[in-house]
Amino acid sequence: MSLVFAGVCSHAPGITGRAHLADPAVKDEFHAQFHRFGEAMRATKPDAVIVVAAEHFANFFMNNMPAYAIGMADSYEGPIEDPKWLGIEKHTIPGDAALSQRLIREVMQTVDVAYAEEWKFDHGIMVPLHFLTPKFDTKIIPVNINCQGPPLTPLHRAWAFGEALRRACDKVPERIALVGTGGISHWPATPDSGKVNAEWDAEFMRRWCANDREALLSQPDYNDEATYREAGQGGFEIRTFLSVAAAARGKGEILHMKAIPIFAVTCTVAMMSVE
Amino acid sequence: MSLYAMQKFLFTLNRDTDVQRRYAEGSEARAALLAAYDFNDEEREAIDKGDIGKLYVLGCNGQLLMHFAPLLGIVWADYLEAMREGVRKYGPVRAGIYAMTTGTDEKVAGV
Repeated sequence: MSLVFAGVCSHAPGITGRAHLADPAVKDEFHAQFHRFGEAMRATKPDAVIVVAAEHFANFFMNNMPAYAIGMADSYEGPIEDPKWLGIEKHTIPGDAALSQRLIREVMQTVDVAYAEEWKFDHGIMVPLHFLTPKFDTKIIPVNINCQGPPLTPLHRAWAFGEALRRACDKVPERIALVGTGGISHWPATPDSGKVNAEWDAEFMRRWCANDREALLSQPDYNDEATYREAGQGGFEIRTFLSVAAAARGKGEILHMKAIPIFAVTCTVAMMSVE
Repeated sequence: MSLYAMQKFLFTLNRDTDVQRRYAEGSEARAALLAAYDFNDEEREAIDKGDIGKLYVLGCNGQLLMHFAPLLGIVWADYLEAMREGVRKYGPVRAGIYAMTTGTDEKVAGV
């Protein structure tokens, strides 16, 4: 078939794990939009969901760190975190090794991607799935772009990876949804947790919604030094958003983009038309 | 190299329930576990004591520390405060990409 849905969302563990510490009205508004995002995705009846996440050393470490990796198993486990801490119970999540292999074979035509027959999901995937597939009953194809251990993949390569994912989706008969998770600006897991750069976020998402490749790949604006300075180490996760824009080729619609400090991020949910 | 060893230890601890058991058991089991890593004395003590503040200042990646804290039973607000206290006691973060950019008396997230 092809790509039937595309979108991006935040994945911070506080979104579920510290939900009880947020202002209920603020939390409820965000969660409602996150659920709306999930409903829109499920309405497209995907056979599988590709989740392009930035994982956090649940599977990959600096002894052998792939810039890009795709899961290739019939099932996955998650979350790796304490369920009480994350607010999500442990699940076995269905995968599709054969579909993964077909996707990987096509991606490999242009991008050297690692594959993994074992993959433990962390909050980068589990928090989005809590809203996207709350029964954890839809096949997931996990994808990681290394956003943790520099040196990080250049932005134009993240874009090319997204284009490769689109070509791969277009070559399989299944209906595929694509969701990028992470970012935007934040300083997670530090005493700065809760800090965001709202102006930087707004400008980045304006460019993302316009699918403005040149502006999104601007080296003066988004090279690693500038991103770290303006958007924190969590800002490196814009790579997942870039890959979705490259794959979808459409225009974006923001459902929610507002900082919730106890969640440590500008809580963002946005869809993009597939063109 | 030893910062790498600390982070590798935390990576393994966060993933592996048997390593978690040996760490939690303490005394000889923990000592034998830590002996397999190339820590210096300061690092070994910080890992052994679960000194989040010192580990943060030494440059451990926050995503690894963030997962270590709940294994120690440390709740979010106390985790953030432990890092602030580490900076007060030991000075600025010495390595890595998780340096602090706010003041030790700021509570950006309200906790």
